[in-house]
Amino acid sequence: MLDDKDRIFRNLYGLDDWGLAGARRRGAWDGTKSIIEKGRDWIVNEMKASGLRGRGGAGFPTGMKWSFMPKESTDGRPSYLVVNADESEPGTCKDREIMRHDPHLLVEGCLLASFAMGAHACYIYVRGEFIREREHLQAAVDQAYEAKLIGKDNIHGWPFDLYVAHGAGAYICGEETALLESLEGKKGQPRLKPPFPANVGLFGCPTTVNNVESIAVAPDILRRGAAWFASIGRANNVGTKLYGISGHVNTPCVVEEAMSIPFKELIEKHGGGIRGGWDNLLAIIPGGASCPLIPAHDCEELIMDFDGTRAVKSSFGTAGVIVMDKSTDVVAAIARISYFFKHESCGQCTPCREGTGWMWRVLSRMVEGRAHKREIDMLLEVTKQVEGHTICALGDAAAWPVQGLIRAFRPEIERRIDEFTRKSTLDDQGILDPDHMIAAE
Amino acid sequence: MSVRRLAPKELQPASFAFREGTLDWAKQQIAKYPEGRQASACIAILWRVQEEHEGWVSEAAIRAVADLLDMPYIRVLEIATFYTMFQLSPVGKKAHVQVCGTTPCMLRGAGDLIEVCKHRIHHDPGHVSEDGNFSWEEVECLGACVNAPMVMIWKDTYEDLTKDSLNKVLDGFASGNPPKPGPQIDRQFAAPAGGPRVLKDTAVAGDATKKGNV
Repeated sequence: MLDDKDRIFRNLYGLDDWGLAGARRRGAWDGTKSIIEKGRDWIVNEMKASGLRGRGGAGFPTGMKWSFMPKESTDGRPSYLVVNADESEPGTCKDREIMRHDPHLLVEGCLLASFAMGAHACYIYVRGEFIREREHLQAAVDQAYEAKLIGKDNIHGWPFDLYVAHGAGAYICGEETALLESLEGKKGQPRLKPPFPANVGLFGCPTTVNNVESIAVAPDILRRGAAWFASIGRANNVGTKLYGISGHVNTPCVVEEAMSIPFKELIEKHGGGIRGGWDNLLAIIPGGASCPLIPAHDCEELIMDFDGTRAVKSSFGTAGVIVMDKSTDVVAAIARISYFFKHESCGQCTPCREGTGWMWRVLSRMVEGRAHKREIDMLLEVTKQVEGHTICALGDAAAWPVQGLIRAFRPEIERRIDEFTRKSTLDDQGILDPDHMIAAE
Repeated sequence: MSVRRLAPKELQPASFAFREGTLDWAKQQIAKYPEGRQASACIAILWRVQEEHEGWVSEAAIRAVADLLDMPYIRVLEIATFYTMFQLSPVGKKAHVQVCGTTPCMLRGAGDLIEVCKHRIHHDPGHVSEDGNFSWEEVECLGACVNAPMVMIWKDTYEDLTKDSLNKVLDGFASGNPPKPGPQIDRQFAAPAGGPRVLKDTAVAGDATKKGNV
């Protein structure tokens, strides 16, 4: 288990003061000026050396992302840092704890990251639902201005403005270009890439979009050194990580742990074990709803990191683990995820707008077995047609859980179809029954 | 995608006026963004308007916000209909209950909470109860998965609910005396029930633990 002294989020459970005084007692804002004095290149190189991979799901190396920003503005356009606090993926609730219980880590991280990429302004885009979290964060920003830690004329010598903005309930705004659209006061519909945000981002200016956790761990990495961070976990998957454990465990919780912790250890030590014992495990979704599920037999030796989850054809995502025990109606659980993606599709690309609704309707028939077996392959084929044919990754995200379900639980779907067929009567209206064909809206 | 329309004409108020102080506040929001980018403040201002006008956004309000920000009406209408937290028709006066129904909550019994709402408030989501005090809807992930199942009422979340505790929460709102937000069981935010298993040895967490906070 990760030693308490190696934890970055020392007020994760809100037992201590979240304000400036408490944050300082826990070590935030300590020696920030000396870090800035070491210079931009030193910070970027240290972040690269730390091996930190973005905590928002895609796992792109953070230091490298920072290095893509223009060294200096040749055409007068300013650079921006945008922090993605639009945490909306089912199963993921880690950034919430940072914003409400340790907001100063994020504020300090914003200053350091902005300095490292030559940005004098930063926007934090918080999802609309996090109202109290936003209030805490805004209060922390105000405290930092008050103490002259940030602002045009601050003690760190890098003029810097930090603004908290918010959305109003759209999962898609967690996609970086949709987030930028939303920040510009438009519908959150993703942009085509290229141009990438590092060239043309917010208001047409060079922009880097980072996850809350990636930014909030930066000050501690820079204070304690890249070698410390890189020594936790295994190669290519280093550092500490906030895990969320939800679903059928005895004690769901958010906890900071080392990367590459065995899944079993994570669940037994922090989740209090699977409800009804380890043998009662049916499947898990390892990193938020878009990751394909992992059936129980693959969980035995599962290592919780980017490579470990990829080895079992899933992905690490945001490390928000959803655990399902044997009482779960797994088809219904995935159908609900399909409904989520149908609801959250922005409607811009046809394969996603139509495909998500189609997948949900077919899956909800399969929940009760009201389907033909050949439709399983048809469904799989449609997911492949949606995947990779949309502007952003929401189409992929909607396709993967369905693919995961069919890969692991095809016999279960077939069993339901057999069962339904066996029980049906001659006057059964089947799928013609309007109750079972709820309109796409 | 979710298709949302404005409330029918008979529900729409004839006129709209900003509350006192709102315009000053709006100016501060606009000042967060560079010159000429006032549209960026649209979501924040619409939100404030919704809070100040009985929890929903009327067509007149949308027009007023568009005029304020010098935006075409259609752009603000787009925003109001795209972002699902903007309520487009009247909601309950005492509480608008948003039940998270997404998989992590569903696994831990969000279905029971929806049953409670169906019986207590209205059979269908999006309708105001007979006395006009309550309404409910099922929403997509509210981001408190480790505290599932949960609901959000106005600005606060009520977590770790059961049928009984949701009934108690609703009783509280009915009598004008809402319970303390957060977990409705003996639990410290997102820590495991029964007390944190980590961060016990550090002086910081240790002190707080002694105060009987857990």
